[in-house]
Parts: sequence; structure tokens; C-alpha cells
Amino acid sequence: MALYSEKVMDHFRNPRNVGALADPDGVGEVGNAKCGDIMKIYLKVEGDVIADVSFETFGCGSAIAASSMATELIKGKPIADALTLTNKAVVEALDGLPGHKIHCSVLAEEAIKKALQDYFERNGIEYDRSLFPDCENCDHCSHH
Amino acid sequence: MGEKEDNVIYLDNAATTKMSRTAIEAMLPYMNDIYANPSSLHTPGQKAKEALELVRERVATVLGCEPREIYFTSGGSEADNQAILSAARQGARWGKRHIISTAFEHHAVLHTLEKLQEEGFEVTLLPVGEEGIVTPEQVAEAIRGDTALVSVMYANNEIGTIQPIGEIGKLCRERGVLFHTDAVQAVGHIPVNVVTDRVDLLSLSAHKFHGPKGVGVLYARKGIRLQNLIHGGAQERGKRAGTENLPAIMGMAAALEEAVLKLPFQSKQVADLRDRLIDGLSRIPHSVLNGSRTSRLPGNVSFCFEGIEGESLLLLLDDRGIAASSGSACTSGSLDPSHVLLAIGRVHDVAHGSLRLTLSDETTEKDVDTTIAAVTDVVAHLRSMSPVWRDLESGKKEFIIK
Ligand SMILES: Cc1ncc(COP(=O)(O)O)c(C=O)c1O
Repeated sequence: MALYSEKVMDHFRNPRNVGALADPDGVGEVGNAKCGDIMKIYLKVEGDVIADVSFETFGCGSAIAASSMATELIKGKPIADALTLTNKAVVEALDGLPGHKIHCSVLAEEAIKKALQDYFERNGIEYDRSLFPDCENCDHCSHH
Repeated sequence: MGEKEDNVIYLDNAATTKMSRTAIEAMLPYMNDIYANPSSLHTPGQKAKEALELVRERVATVLGCEPREIYFTSGGSEADNQAILSAARQGARWGKRHIISTAFEHHAVLHTLEKLQEEGFEVTLLPVGEEGIVTPEQVAEAIRGDTALVSVMYANNEIGTIQPIGEIGKLCRERGVLFHTDAVQAVGHIPVNVVTDRVDLLSLSAHKFHGPKGVGVLYARKGIRLQNLIHGGAQERGKRAGTENLPAIMGMAAALEEAVLKLPFQSKQVADLRDRLIDGLSRIPHSVLNGSRTSRLPGNVSFCFEGIEGESLLLLLDDRGIAASSGSACTSGSLDPSHVLLAIGRVHDVAHGSLRLTLSDETTEKDVDTTIAAVTDVVAHLRSMSPVWRDLESGKKEFIIK
């Protein structure tokens, strides 16, 4: 199917960093099953570096590919870099996504932010709340 | 029919079918030799005209009606639109502005009804229950003094359930209400006869029974006044303008006759494979068949698998050479999963994990076994990376499909 780029299909067929991490330092889950996609990110942090990262995703091909790519983009990187990862960077790294699938990359960005937020909370680290998605009041489903 | 291409296991026959050799060959003379316009006065034109009237008789014979009750259209959608709009306008002339249909019709019907609603018609969509079957009693209860039309599909395109059309037809005739059926998925697959079924209007489409795409039939019982959707020339008794697509009509008639001739033995063969496939997929834990197991098209298998999403399932099956379809939101390109799955009471979470496999007479037992193995594998693989599945298995959430 030519719906997706080769990059998307590669990450979908051979997802990187898939599965749960044991004893994660931060976990973030976004989306809901009603809308048809859920992403969960697990983080291991050493110092201020993302030492390891993994994902679990319920969703379409592009949701799985976006999660996989997002984990690759932040693995081994400083927390500061992970915090500024944008959905646009994920889309570019995947050589593009069809218009109605862009929200999958947004979910990936938000799942990483949510996992970092969880890490900050667990460790009593101060952070700027406004930079994080407000998942309680999210209306992602209406933005497909 | 010919060899299979590229070793693809094509299980999307409800979307469209491969053309039969018979249909293709029936078309060729009408491109090579008898290509003139049936409306032309010259001899070649009159030959085309004769062919058109002969083929109309053949189609009428298959459906059990008269040739003048057959109108050739561009397919199922056009036939549905014209049938419903015509019946509505005829009803409105008598002050009847109520229409009864079902919640799981094809969009060609539902969107036409929405348009009529905007014009002030009242539409009752009957629920279809978990089995996906509407009963004659439901229709009887819904009929009112101002009901202009009842429109119930013969068989559903997603879950394959067959509706009690003969009984509904009898009821509508007794109550003096026009009855339309979208028989696009039924014709050529199960016996359909407009007289014994007592239908007033019926739609069919050639590409669902190994005929060409872009051609279909609207049957309208004599006495029913059709409204034009397409205005222009006087073709089709003045009810459908446009030079007739004679090659396609010839292909359709040949495919129709062939399908109906083969039907008695072929539907048993296809249904046996269908049942083998249903049994195989039922062994996947937390899976459920959509729609009645018994009142079901011979070629339709539709399942939901909990904890996964349909588009990723389709892509991985495609990688293994299996062409299938799904009613998930991601494949429909819309916000919600298929209205059909919602209509039979599947909640969103489960409806996203749907898979439709539709067989043809070319499907083999080996295809079925390969498909069972592939679906089992792919579902397990997707579940292994699904956070939903993790929560279900750990007991954090409760399974919806037990
Ligand atoms: C039940 C039903 N009605 C109508 C149609 C529309 O037919 P067509 O594609 O010929 O317009 C289809 C097929 O897509 C169908 O399955």
C-alpha cells in the first residue's frame, strides 16, 4: 500500500524499543481506546540523560511507527532535548505522514512529555506545567 | 475464471470482485463491432438498440420482472439514490413524508435519507439488534398512515446478515407502502426474485458479482413514477439520460446469468469455506463474530478482536499477501468506527479491532487455512505491543469480549 512512506512501513513492521521497561523512572500514557489509539512510553533516566526508552501502542500503522520513531529520537539524548521534541520532528523523521494521520505524531510527542512529567513528579523536580499536555481535558478525538 | 495473480489471497469480494472471463468476453463485441449509439437511426445504431433491448429482457428474466421495469444505471449508489428520491417525491404528493429504513444501511441510502430529512421528511431508522437482523414486526410497528417508503437492504455489506425481505415485502404490500431493497450484496449470491419477494424497487450493482464496475440496475415495478437524477436525452424511458454503456451492460448481464446459474452448488461450497474460516478465527481468544451465524451471506466473515486496531491488522495481513478490509475509524478516514458495527452494539473500543474477510468461488481451503494462521499470528503480535491488551490481561480493565 502506498498510503505510507517506506520509513513508516519499516518502523511499523520492525518497531524499535517495543515493550515495557522493568522499573521505569517515568511512564506516560495518552489517547483512549474509544478513539482508536493509545500510546504508552516508559523511560529510564540516568543523570539528565534518557538512558532507555520503550513504548506500547494500540493503534493504526502510523501510530505504531510514530511511537517507534519518537523513542529512537530521544534515546540516549539529554532530557532537555526530549522535552523539546516536536511532532513535526517525528513526521519529518518518518518522511511524512498522510494529513489525517498527523495526530499520531502529536500523540507520540505528548506521550513522551507525559512520561517526563511523571519522572519529574516522582523525583520532586520543578517544571513548567504549561509546557505539558492537559490530558484530563484533552479533546484529541475531535481533532482526527 | 483465470489464474490467481501474484499469489494474493483476495478476501475483499464485498468491496468488489474480479471480473469473470464470461463477462469480459461478453463485452468485447460491443467495443469492437457493435459500438454505435443505440439512439442513432442508422443500421449500426439500430443493431445496438436491439442488443440493448435483448439484454434488458435477459436481466428481467433473472430478476423475475418485465423488461420495462429495468432501468440501467451507473451502479448501486445511483440506483439507491433514484429509488429513494422517487418514492419520497411520489409519497409527498399524497402528503406522506415518513420513511422507514434501518440503522445499518449503506451510505448511498443513509446519506440520501439525510438529504430528505433536510427537506422535511421524517426518517425512522430501525435498530438491528446484536444479530444484525431487522424483523417484519419492527417494520409493522413503525408503519404509519403517512409512511411513503420502507427501505431495507437485502444483505448487509459489512457483516453479511440477510434480512427477511420476502416477509417485509408481503407486509408492505398489504399495508400499501412502497418497498425498496438495496440488493447490491445479495444478487448473484443468494436467490432474489422481485415478484416472490414483493419488492417495488430494487438496486443492484454488477461489480459485486464479477461484472464490470460503474454499471447497475434499478428495478422499478410498473406504475411507480421515477424521478430523474440525470436530465438530458430520452434514454431509459426518459428516466435516466446519457448514452447507454452497452459494453458494461452486456458484461453485467453475462455475469449475472453466470452467477445465478452457479448459485445452487457454489453457495454451498463458499459457505463451507466461510464456516471453516469462522471456526478457525473463533479459536482466537477474546474474538467475536459480527452478525448472525446462520442468516448470513455465503461469503461473509466479520470479526472483532479486542485490544488491537484494524488498520494495523490490515497492513500486516497485506504484507502476507492477504487483502482484507476493516471497519475501524483509521481505515474509514473518519472519526468513528463503522456505523454498522456500532449498530449491532459493538462499543468503539471493540469496533476499532474489526476485520472483514469476504470470499469468492475462487477461494480455496488452503487460502482459508493460510488466513486463519496469519490472522492468529498478527493478532497475537499486535496484542503483544498493545497497552490496552496489557491492562486487560493484568485485570486492570475488564474484557468486553469474554
Ligand atoms: C450494500 C451496498 N449498497 C450500495 C453500494 C454501492 O454500489 P456501487 O459501488 O455500484 O455504487 C454498495 C457497494 O459499495 C453496497 O455494498
